[in-house]
Amino acid sequence: MAKKIVIVGGGLSGTIVANGLCRQLREELSSGSVTITMLGTSDKHLYQPGLLYIPFGRIRESELFRDQRKVLDRRVPYFIDPAAHIDVEKKTVATKSGKTYAYDFLVVATGSRIRPDIIPGMEEGAHWFYDLDGARKMRDTLQGFQGGKVVVNVNAPHKCPVAPLEVTFMLRDFFAAKGVLDKTEITYTYPIGRLHALEPVAHWAVPEFEKHGIKSEIFFNTKSVDAGSKTITSEEGVTLPYDLLVTIPPHTGHQVITDSDLGKGGWVPTERNTLLREGSSDVFVVGDTTNIPISKAGSTAHFEADTIIDNLSSLIKEGRWARNYDGKVFCFVETGLNSGTYVWFNYTTPPNPGPPSQMIHWFKLAYNRLYWLSARGLL
Amino acid sequence: MTDKIKVDARGAFCPGPLMEMIAALKHMNVGDEIEIWSSDKGSAKDIPEWVKKVGHELVSNDEREGYWSIVVRKAK
Ligand SMILES: Cc1cc2nc3c(=O)[nH]c(=O)nc-3n(C[C@H](O)[C@H](O)[C@H](O)COP(=O)(O)OP(=O)(O)OC[C@H]3O[C@@H](n4cnc5c(N)ncnc54)[C@H](O)[C@@H]3O)c2cc1C
Repeated sequence: MAKKIVIVGGGLSGTIVANGLCRQLREELSSGSVTITMLGTSDKHLYQPGLLYIPFGRIRESELFRDQRKVLDRRVPYFIDPAAHIDVEKKTVATKSGKTYAYDFLVVATGSRIRPDIIPGMEEGAHWFYDLDGARKMRDTLQGFQGGKVVVNVNAPHKCPVAPLEVTFMLRDFFAAKGVLDKTEITYTYPIGRLHALEPVAHWAVPEFEKHGIKSEIFFNTKSVDAGSKTITSEEGVTLPYDLLVTIPPHTGHQVITDSDLGKGGWVPTERNTLLREGSSDVFVVGDTTNIPISKAGSTAHFEADTIIDNLSSLIKEGRWARNYDGKVFCFVETGLNSGTYVWFNYTTPPNPGPPSQMIHWFKLAYNRLYWLSARGLL
Repeated sequence: MTDKIKVDARGAFCPGPLMEMIAALKHMNVGDEIEIWSSDKGSAKDIPEWVKKVGHELVSNDEREGYWSIVVRKAK
């Protein structure tokens, strides 16, 4: 009997895992002793980091998308039929269309999603760029913006830890270029007691904020937004007025995870070194949907995916474990429209970013193009 | 029924223990407890400070071997 690998989710991590397995299990796939099947939600693969550039008119929408079937190795059948229920006891995935897929190994790669709906008033009162519709609306609003109070509001948890700071600096540069900066006041709010989760990034941001006249409100966890009076209020009891509210909404995992009782909030309890679902030896979890307390970012998804590729192919070929995940995360940080820096860390090495430079900004832009190579497993 | 959630945030540099706790509280019921483990000294101070600010309840804050165990009850 062929060993069946089912991958749920065809975003970044699911696609890297599928393509990597195809390379490592070439013989098994051609002899038919292994099959890999992917379930997804769309025929298009969205390059999410590109969304950051949409509000500023810095990227064309068409650059954000590729056909998923072209990004994915052609040996992997891809079905646009979302998983509706995962049964880890029976080892089956039931889909929206009513089909059932049995698996020997399951890879859960369903990612995370924004939930402006869980904060009263946020959908009505705020702009965001974490999905295409939101990014388009923000682009339209920015076009007509003539100055005023801008609040950049960050909620926990969210993917891409650096995007909030990036968008703040990019907004500042955008308003300067538009000639409305002198009529604009930017206030950045953050859930914990400093400007960024990463301590060195938070330290670095303080003088940058001072230099650019950006205000901040720390320990700010959004309770509600009032679109009528244009105010945002925190659990901590602070209310800020705004003319333009840009939010990084709180995230949850996907519905199928909660519906299958695989984890509160859609976050699957995952062993931090093996990336196996807690309590399972045949269910791997990768990318944003794990509950591992590290950054939900593309690089995390990439390093985790590489570990899973090695372990899953080693288990299938030789029945042994290959290696553990060390918690590695790497992030480029845009520090304006023309400069950038980067930072990396793992479970045992603290982060330490270098000074921003224009060169690193160009690296990040290049990386934006390299995403597709990395999804295809060529990087 | 009240639940106790455990979050092992040792060696978690980003988003870090407090952010993990804020995220976890969103899926808990009033009265539920969360026990968070942190290897970061700053969090042993930050978490109680934030809990007080928002009005949750600090149940305990103990230093163990190389890490802190902080228990918080969701109060609202
Ligand atoms: C604006 C923005 C900027 C970002 N910038 C960066 C950056 O600069 N650097 C960085 O490292 N990361 C960045 N990220 C984060 C990065 O995109 C994510 O962390 C990464 O995509 C996570 O990969 P994933 O595979 O876990 O999830 P995703 O890539 O989101 O893929 C999950 C897939 O699962 C599918 N799915 C969901 N439910 C089901 C179901 N029931 N059945 C089947 N399929 C399902 C979804 O449709 C999706 O295609 C950014 C994200 C955003 C939004």
